[in-house]
Amino acid sequence: MANRERQRPAERPAPALVRLPAVLVNLFPSAERRVELTSGTVAEIIDALDARWPGMRERICDSTPAIRRHVNVFVAGERARLDTPVAPGADVFIFTAMSGG
Amino acid sequence: MADKVVLLVGTRKGAFIVEGDRERRAWRLRGPFCEAWPINHVVGDPRTGTIYAGGGNAWFGPAVWKSTDMGASWTHSSRGLAYAAGEEPIRSVWSLAARDGRLYAGVEPAGLFESGDAGETWHHVAGLQQHPSRPHWQPGGAGLILHTIVPHPDDEDQMWIGISAVGVFHTGDGGETWEPRNRGTRNDYMPDDQRYPEYGQCVHSIAMAAGMPDRLYQQNHCGMYRSDDGGKSWQSIEAGLPSSFGFPSAVHPRDPETLYLIPLNGDTAGRYVPDGRAAVWRTRDGGHRWQALRTGLPQENVYFGVLRQGLAVDRLDPAGVYFGTGSGALYASADEGEAWTTIAEHLPGILSVEAMVVGD
Repeated sequence: MANRERQRPAERPAPALVRLPAVLVNLFPSAERRVELTSGTVAEIIDALDARWPGMRERICDSTPAIRRHVNVFVAGERARLDTPVAPGADVFIFTAMSGG
Repeated sequence: MADKVVLLVGTRKGAFIVEGDRERRAWRLRGPFCEAWPINHVVGDPRTGTIYAGGGNAWFGPAVWKSTDMGASWTHSSRGLAYAAGEEPIRSVWSLAARDGRLYAGVEPAGLFESGDAGETWHHVAGLQQHPSRPHWQPGGAGLILHTIVPHPDDEDQMWIGISAVGVFHTGDGGETWEPRNRGTRNDYMPDDQRYPEYGQCVHSIAMAAGMPDRLYQQNHCGMYRSDDGGKSWQSIEAGLPSSFGFPSAVHPRDPETLYLIPLNGDTAGRYVPDGRAAVWRTRDGGHRWQALRTGLPQENVYFGVLRQGLAVDRLDPAGVYFGTGSGALYASADEGEAWTTIAEHLPGILSVEAMVVGD
């Protein structure tokens, strides 16, 4: 959390803190579980993730386009869609659904 | 240089690689790979040794995995492996085929994709879905899956594909246009006077005879067939077999008259090997006569099945034959099916087996 609290230029909004599930991070060798991103919507957050780790968009989203059926994105505690706004400093969690066999 | 045989195994929980010596006596299994995703098909490009694994994960969707170091490390991509926005998204990759540096992928819902850069990016071979029959395609029990891709060995414009509950289609112009090739194959789930439609038959697998591109063998939901005209017409070869139902088919690497099948007891009877006894059935004369090959296979209380991509033949002489069961066992024959050994027993349910011969 120390990074989030450091001084920033006044004109730059606080980044959102995005947490990724281990099972997703495992698919991208250089990916990290926590990443700070400055973006306006969930779709833009996912674009930024895909720019860092190419291919991550296809794992989180389908071609509808929509967040995949068994993936959930929460923004500030609420389940989100691709067009959900992400306020500066928001907490964003990406989870896989409880499923399988 | 000694050859070795590499078996590429797709399962419900990951891909496995089983390496054997040229005599096919000693086997070493590695895996699971691909993060334990369901992997429907694993193929090797014998020119490069690159291994590709196609599947789909309930969380993360479809992908083709790739290893250029015999499974030591893997990458994955589905860039471009998508239908247009608003259409039903792709759930899974079901089949792969490599030809002359190009890679093809069959997917669910049924469609064909092509990669010219070794699986890094994909584009849709849209001509197949533009066929006028497309609105009438109905999914089979495993979904609307394009599970078989048979490229012509010499003519890059020709290819056959198989879609469950839809049938066989052929292109002669590199995928721009396609025509159904199902004449003579039966659909037992239609009224008596409609059992030989233009399409709608449930192909389970197709195999091209060695050195005879116009000779195709087919295992269908309703019967076994041979075509000697590239699939324009099919003749039943099911007489002498214990049932008309089964999934896989595999041809001999050199003899166009030799075909291997694994008939199951029937589509409504459990889909087990008949009589609780495992057998691979072989014809040496193009399907006129059949022989059950049982030596070394379990002959008591056997209730497994073998799925549409679960039977393979290598190119050595004598040819090796391999099959993997839904119960996770892998069997091998080093003598064209005469005798069998068990080379793995407790894998996840096996969805596909392919054999690649590479220099040691």
